[in-house]
Amino acid sequence: MPPFVEFHQVTKRYGEGPAILADVSLQVERGEFVSFIGPSGCGKSTLLKLVAGLSPVTTGTLTVDGLSPHSAAEELAFVFQEPTLLPWLTVERNVEVPLRLRGEPPERRRERARKALALVGLSERAEYYPRQLSGGQRMRVSIARALSLTPKLLLLDEPFGALDEMTRDRLNEELLAIRAEQGWTAFFVTHAVAEAVFLSHRIILLAANPGRIHREIRVDLPYPRTAETRQTPAFQALVAAVSRELRALPNAAPATATP
Amino acid sequence: MNAHPLLRRLLPALTGALFIALWYLAHALLASERRFLLPPPHSVLFAFRDHGPVLWSAAMNTLQGALLGFGTAVIGSSLAALVLSLTPLVRASLYPYLMILQLTPIIVIAPILILWAGAGIVSVTIITFLICFFPLVVNTTQGLISTDRNLVDLFRMCRASRWQEIWLLRAPGALPYFFTGLRIAATLAPIGAIVGDFYAGNSAGGQGGLGFLTIIYSSQFKIAALFATAVSSCALGFLFAGGVVALSWLCLHRWHDSYSRSDV
Repeated sequence: MPPFVEFHQVTKRYGEGPAILADVSLQVERGEFVSFIGPSGCGKSTLLKLVAGLSPVTTGTLTVDGLSPHSAAEELAFVFQEPTLLPWLTVERNVEVPLRLRGEPPERRRERARKALALVGLSERAEYYPRQLSGGQRMRVSIARALSLTPKLLLLDEPFGALDEMTRDRLNEELLAIRAEQGWTAFFVTHAVAEAVFLSHRIILLAANPGRIHREIRVDLPYPRTAETRQTPAFQALVAAVSRELRALPNAAPATATP
Repeated sequence: MNAHPLLRRLLPALTGALFIALWYLAHALLASERRFLLPPPHSVLFAFRDHGPVLWSAAMNTLQGALLGFGTAVIGSSLAALVLSLTPLVRASLYPYLMILQLTPIIVIAPILILWAGAGIVSVTIITFLICFFPLVVNTTQGLISTDRNLVDLFRMCRASRWQEIWLLRAPGALPYFFTGLRIAATLAPIGAIVGDFYAGNSAGGQGGLGFLTIIYSSQFKIAALFATAVSSCALGFLFAGGVVALSWLCLHRWHDSYSRSDV
């Protein structure tokens, strides 16, 4: 079976500018949770945008489920750095937006939105407006919106970067629990080493200028991972090792060892 | 500082009372042969009694012109803003001409308009339209192009059509900007109609508005009646501003941060 997502010598530049990503080759299997971590300017957000079909590759090939990212749009869902909600719509209506744009009939999308909200534990907030929610709750709505599309591939661009540590840890655990049920593949961009170790099968370390793959690190901790996982020596050793690698990168920006 | 709520209600009334007291004082201090220049507040009330029907019909004529000019400006500016929001190229090619429209004084435009459309409601409406149009179109355009980049990406990823992007994303997002323009335009609309009426009003068949009445009263030295006309104009302004504030509350209070309360 061919890999689910395949980068083959992908280079990306905007116009005549310098390469943002250079010669990236990567294969990701179905159901894999892959994190991307690296200093600012390593092109990790650009990499997600390529997979999302928001921007074409300059050279090389990129396929999702054997298709071009643009053709595979129906299989993808994106979670942005910010919750990116429409402030004038209630929580439930926000979750319905992508379904509405895809032309789902009202009852269907309502049902799917309710289900997705239940998954993130926000059924009771369905009629609230975004400004009435906390930062963590808004991010949950954003995740519910992505999940309502029942994606095969979930792209997350530093979704928890703006949250406090406790909220972030809890959302990490919830995300893994949902993944265990639904089995989507995940591309997860982050600045936080501990988060990457906790979530991933595999961590891709990127170097900057131009953005390129520096190293891959397998995380062999067994799933299901829970809050206790963070206390194990194996987890902590991995966090330390990845942090060391990250610091050793040329012109690396200081990365946080703990989120 | 937290003033007592009751005091807070009373304060505007107190300010008003103080103002009227000062008015009487100023009237009393004027030399007797000059007192007619500043009629006391009760003379203004008497002027309302004596000229009531004339003032009322003039105010209604002005209101009609203001509403027509304001309404057409809202529709026209929204359509123009939609076009202007399409590309920076369109904006670059049209903005200078919008500026020309805004920078040409009404007193220069008025005589031309009267030659074209004749004195009366049509000219008054056009002058009001011209005064209201600019703040509306500038604010609404700004709102339409200030959409969060990520939201646009979200819509593109979901293969939203151009129309879906406008109706479900850009237009609702532009509402707060639109209302900023609307508030400015609402205070300008009655002024525009009165200025328009001043130049292009028509007394034939009792069709004159407050602007026209101003000309008549000033030529007759009816100073108290002029004050009454000023108060009527002001009341029209409050009507417009109040209506827009209420509409803005209706449309925005549930979701927009400008209406956020600490207890939600």
